[in-house]
Amino acid sequence: MPDEALLDVKAIDAFYGDFQALFGVSLSVRAGQVVAVIGANGAGKSTLLKSIAGLMHPHSGEILFEGTSVAGSPAFDRLGRGIALIPEGRRLFPSLTVEENLLIGGQSRRPGPWTLARVYELFPLLAERRNLPAPALSGGQQQMAAIGRALMANPRLLLCDEISLGLAPVVVRDIYAQLPQIVAEGLSLIIVEQDILQALRAASHIYCLQEGRIALQGPAGELTRETISAAYFGV
Amino acid sequence: MQWFNVIVQGVLIGGLYAMFAAGLSLIFGVMRLVNIAHGDLIVLAAYISLMVMQGFGVDPLTSLVLVVPVMAAIGYALQRGLLNRTLGDDLLPPLLVTFGLSIIIQNGLLELFTADSRRLQAGSIEVETFQLAQGVWIGALPMIQFTVALAVIAGLQILFYRTALGRAFRATSDDQPVAQLMGLDTRHVFAMAMALSLAIIAIAGVFLAVRTNFDPAIGPARLIFGFEAVIIGGLGSMWGTLAGGIILGVSQAVGAQIDPGWQLLAGHLVFLVILAVRPQGLFPKVSG
Repeated sequence: MPDEALLDVKAIDAFYGDFQALFGVSLSVRAGQVVAVIGANGAGKSTLLKSIAGLMHPHSGEILFEGTSVAGSPAFDRLGRGIALIPEGRRLFPSLTVEENLLIGGQSRRPGPWTLARVYELFPLLAERRNLPAPALSGGQQQMAAIGRALMANPRLLLCDEISLGLAPVVVRDIYAQLPQIVAEGLSLIIVEQDILQALRAASHIYCLQEGRIALQGPAGELTRETISAAYFGV
Repeated sequence: MQWFNVIVQGVLIGGLYAMFAAGLSLIFGVMRLVNIAHGDLIVLAAYISLMVMQGFGVDPLTSLVLVVPVMAAIGYALQRGLLNRTLGDDLLPPLLVTFGLSIIIQNGLLELFTADSRRLQAGSIEVETFQLAQGVWIGALPMIQFTVALAVIAGLQILFYRTALGRAFRATSDDQPVAQLMGLDTRHVFAMAMALSLAIIAIAGVFLAVRTNFDPAIGPARLIFGFEAVIIGGLGSMWGTLAGGIILGVSQAVGAQIDPGWQLLAGHLVFLVILAVRPQGLFPKVSG
C-alpha cells in the first residue's frame, strides 16, 4: 500500500558527526493516522523527527512525503509542503507575544482549517493571554501555544516531540484530550513520547526505537506491555 | 545662551550618529554579525550619490531615490553571496570577513576616485537657517537631517513591532532552527536585514557627505561613532540608539566648545565612562 502512505521513511541512517544515531530506520504514516514513536533517552526519537522535518539530513535512505522524495529540501520548504514539527521543549520565540508566535506559524500561508480564531477556540486560555510575551505563560500554556503555532501552518503531518515533557499529569491530560479534535481535521500525527501509556492511548500504531534501531512495531492493540518493555529497555 | 546653542547643535548631529548606529545595531541584533565594513559602506554610499548627482544632475537629497535602492540591493547580494556563509556559532569569521571587506572597499574607492576629498554640494539649502530662540540659529540642513533620523528610528520601530518582516527578524534572532521549522528561510531573512541596514547607511552616508568632506579613508572613524552610539544607548533598543547618538553628539559639541582639539576626545571619554559604569548601556532591551 505504498500509494496510500502520507509519509514513507525508508531505511534512513543519520549521524551527528561520527556518531550514528539512526540505523536503517523505516516508518510509514497513512493519512489521518496517529503513530507513536517511543523509546528511552538517546534512542534516536528526536533525530528521527528532525530528519523528517528537514533540520537534519539522513546520510542514506529515503524520505517520501505524498509520494515524492524530500531529499535536500530544507526545513522551511518542508513546512510549505505540509510537515510541521513541534520541537522538544516547546521553544516559543521569547521576544514575541503569544499571538505573534502563532502568526509566525501562519506565515507559510498554506490554506486550511486552522486560523487564529480556531486555535483560540481550541485553547481558550491562549486567547486571554494573546498579548503577553511568550515566556510569561506557564509550561502547559506554552505547550498549547507551541501546538497552535504549528497548527497555524495547516500541516498535513504534525510531528510532536515530547509534548508531555516537564508538564503536570493533569495538564498533559488536558492537552492530549484536544488531539482527537486536531486529527478530526484530517491531520496525521507522529507522537514521540517517553510516557508509554500516554502513547498507547493516543496512537493506533507504535514504533519502539532502541539505540537507533526499530526494536518493535505494531498496532497499538496488539502489543503487550511485556513486549514493549522488552523492546524499550532491551532486556 | 552660547551653551544652549552648543547643545542644540550637538543634538542635531547626534541624529546622524544614530543613523550610523541603527544599521549596525539592526544587523547585530538579527544575526550576531559585527559589520566592520559598516563605516566604509557609508563612504561607498556617498560616492554612489556623487556619481548619481553627476550622472543625472540632481541634488544630494534627490539622489537618495537611487542610492537607497542600490545600497539595499548591494546589501541583499552581499549577505546572500558572502556573509551568510560566514555565520555560525563562532563570531570571528564574519568579523574577519567584514574586516577584509572594509579594506577592499577603501582601496577600491581609492583606485576609482583617488584620495582627493569630495563633498556633495546641496546648493542654497546648505546655508539656510532659522532662529529657534534669541541667539540660537539652526541650519535647515541639520534640522532636515535630524528629522530624517527621527523618522528612520520610528520607522524601524514600527517595522520591528508591527510588520510580518519585523516579526520574522525577531523570531530568527531568537531561535534560528525553530524559525526554519516555521517556514522562514533564514538566509532570506538575514539578507533582508542587511538590505535594510544598507538602505539606512545610504541615507546616513549622503547626509554625512553633505555635511563634511569625505575621502575613501574616513569610514573606520564613522564605524567608531556608530559603535559608541550603540553601546551608550544599549543593544537592542532603537530609541536607546537615538539617545546614544545624541549623547555622543552633545559630548563632542561640548568638548569642542571647551577646546577645539577636544571634540573627539570628549565623545570617546563619555563613551568610556558609560562603558565602565553601565556596560549594558543606558536603555538596554528588557530581556524577556
